Amino acid sequence: MTTVRLRSVYPGPSEFDPRQLRREFPIFANNPDLIFLDSGASAQKPRAVIDRIADYYRTDYANVHRGVYRLSARSTELFEEAREKVRRFLNAADPREIVFVRNTTEAINLVAQSWGPAFLQPGDEVLISVLEHHSNIVPWQLLRDRIGIRLVIAPLDATGGLDLAGLEARLSPRTRLVAITHIANATGAVVPVETIVRLAHAKGAKVLIDGSQAAPRLPVDVQALDCDFYAFTGHKVYGPTGIGALYGRYELLSAMPPWQGGGEMILHVTFDKTEYQEPPHRFEAGTPDISGAIGLGAAVDFIEALGRDNIIEHEEALTGYGVDRLSRIPGLKLLDAGQRRLGILSFDLEGVHPHDVAQVLDQHHVAVRAGHHCAQPLMAWFGLSGTTRASLGVYNDERDIDRLAEAVEAAQEMFRR
Amino acid sequence: MMDLRELYQDIILDHGRHPRNFRKIEHPTHLAHGHNPLCGDRVTVYLSLDDDRIADLAFQGRGCAISTAAASLMTEVLKGKTVEDARALFAQFHARVTGGEPAELPEPLAEEAERLEPLTGVKAYPARVKCATLSWHALEAALKDGGTGATVKTE
Repeated sequence: MTTVRLRSVYPGPSEFDPRQLRREFPIFANNPDLIFLDSGASAQKPRAVIDRIADYYRTDYANVHRGVYRLSARSTELFEEAREKVRRFLNAADPREIVFVRNTTEAINLVAQSWGPAFLQPGDEVLISVLEHHSNIVPWQLLRDRIGIRLVIAPLDATGGLDLAGLEARLSPRTRLVAITHIANATGAVVPVETIVRLAHAKGAKVLIDGSQAAPRLPVDVQALDCDFYAFTGHKVYGPTGIGALYGRYELLSAMPPWQGGGEMILHVTFDKTEYQEPPHRFEAGTPDISGAIGLGAAVDFIEALGRDNIIEHEEALTGYGVDRLSRIPGLKLLDAGQRRLGILSFDLEGVHPHDVAQVLDQHHVAVRAGHHCAQPLMAWFGLSGTTRASLGVYNDERDIDRLAEAVEAAQEMFRR
Repeated sequence: MMDLRELYQDIILDHGRHPRNFRKIEHPTHLAHGHNPLCGDRVTVYLSLDDDRIADLAFQGRGCAISTAAASLMTEVLKGKTVEDARALFAQFHARVTGGEPAELPEPLAEEAERLEPLTGVKAYPARVKCATLSWHALEAALKDGGTGATVKTE
């Protein structure tokens, strides 16, 4: 059992040791020199997740929700058990509020395409922010072009954090939805989503939170947040690719029409009329990513066994160390991230293009992301075309940051004018 | 792993730091924009043709050391050459950086081809090939579209 094995490695918070933990991730055994600082793009997978998926295919695999035979019933049980694990991970009230999707992008598109046309009128407003990833911009632009809503953008303050007063000023009687990131993927800025939910609800607007970067780092409690939708992706929480989840308040989901049609999502079909399933299956047309969901269940088990308080303590300490270490490099400028930065160190190196930086870092076995991070409006706000971004995971420690800093200094040396 | 200095040879670093012909041509006969959506890099190539001879060639934009050096070297190598020479050099250069079979070049162009040699280190780094060819693609688009200011994307 995952939990037992992890606990044997990690008896308590004081012993959270990334070096030990690295042994749980086979990628490091197979790439002994790897300094992996790109978990913000996608995290590495623990043995518990990899083995769970393989075991499922070996011992319990069959399609779900259809077969009368015992194997199919067992597979269905495991799939729905994974949904329950995700419910617990987000502290949702009811597993029926958890819709399995491919990733955060699909979760947001689901809301835009199902909830949007059903509940929005031309002239209604969706409020997003300058911090957003393209996946929380483009679905709303598509909806704007389709039904004539207005897209309103909340500004940043001078420190690169979300300007709460600016956001509040842009909440209008026509604001129907605030769609906002929990942690900005390009800078690590933590957004005070609790306050935003309160402000938005006071004006009668719903709130969708993009939790891609927050779910692996922060304890998430959708009931305490009181948000209406929360989206996250499996592959950033140490789970497999191809699976993610949308939390939606049940009364909202049950009032929303299907967005894709097919098997799984129906009660009864004739050529005249089709009756749809209740949520969540109404939104899960076709055979789902069953092994992905089960792998995601194993990933959230892994995170809970580590302890989410331990994870945030670790990420905060390491983020602080990284800010401190990188700030001592002359010519390196960390992107401002407001009052609180978590898990992401995004920087501009004077006179050296991010792709050249990343190339030299790769030579030093340091894997980072270079470019616009799918957040071009935010890059434009900073007046940059791109940055070099290091992002943290549970397996990183101070030595990785030191190696990063040394490699950055080597890049500076190579491109010195 | 290959030594990074094979990619970033001195000539590349020099042209990356101090690009030649990094300017605008006020009344170009041809121009085109190059855009690499992967990294957001942009280059504008300006061209003044005198009949079919390249009287002046310059570029502006922002990019990595490889793309800046590639554009810089391109402008140096092609100035004074014919459009046909430019196409032949691009075809040969493209083949060399993508690992294709380089076409035969007319003997008088051998020296120009040789000057592009330092850029061919990118063939060991597939993600960087587009950096080396962006300005050449823009030049090709400028010539093809008769200077209408087309934008060419690398993907």
